[in-house]
Amino acid sequence: MNLDLTTIRFPAPAIASILHRISGVVLFLALPILLWLLHRSLASGSDFAAVGELLQMPLMKLIVWGILAAVIYHLAAGVRHMLMDMGVGESLQGGRRGAYMVFAVSALLIVLTGIWIW
Amino acid sequence: MVTSVTNPGRNGLYDWLLQRVTAVVIGAYSIGLIGFLVLNPGLDYETWKACMGSLPMQMINTLVLVSVLLHAWAGLWIVTTDYLTRAQFGNAATGVRLVVQMLILLLCLVYLLWGLVMIWGGA
Repeated sequence: MNLDLTTIRFPAPAIASILHRISGVVLFLALPILLWLLHRSLASGSDFAAVGELLQMPLMKLIVWGILAAVIYHLAAGVRHMLMDMGVGESLQGGRRGAYMVFAVSALLIVLTGIWIW
Repeated sequence: MVTSVTNPGRNGLYDWLLQRVTAVVIGAYSIGLIGFLVLNPGLDYETWKACMGSLPMQMINTLVLVSVLLHAWAGLWIVTTDYLTRAQFGNAATGVRLVVQMLILLLCLVYLLWGLVMIWGGA
């Protein structure tokens, strides 16, 4: 039995699963940022303008992109999860294919989101 | 028989359903909101305020806020029970996990109150 963890490679579905968890934790940590942005954007016209300016800053653009990337991945992996609940893609091959599809679809959408932001 | 006192539904099957129902609500809302922002690049304050301040949006936002917090609680409960265990913390595991879970729950309640004030208080 191989117990040397450094030589064990995670299969694609395992990576898809751990990224689903990591993106979920990231989104929970992002909640106060999103609530704060929403709160200020609704407070007054000048606050709305201030939020608009803040979102133009390079660091904020990066943070927003990171949050949206987590939203996109978490949503794509969640859709796969619910398809698997319905019995779609539950085999070993199907699980791998689904994981690769989630990676491909979310990577494409994350790149498009980056283009939209910049 | 009480098997767990910290997860949202006290019952795995209930949590399972809660996780999925709230996921559909949040997913639909996220796509709708991002789509709205993409389609309205020159959004001004009056339009944004009128949209978010309308009764239907106030109700939808409340539903989504509650869904997000229930979803987060169910998800983070699974994550904390998987990773904050005796394997990492020995005999202190139950205490560590309980403290982390209660902090998460406290944050959820703070976000709920903050969100409700924002949605309904016109702040």
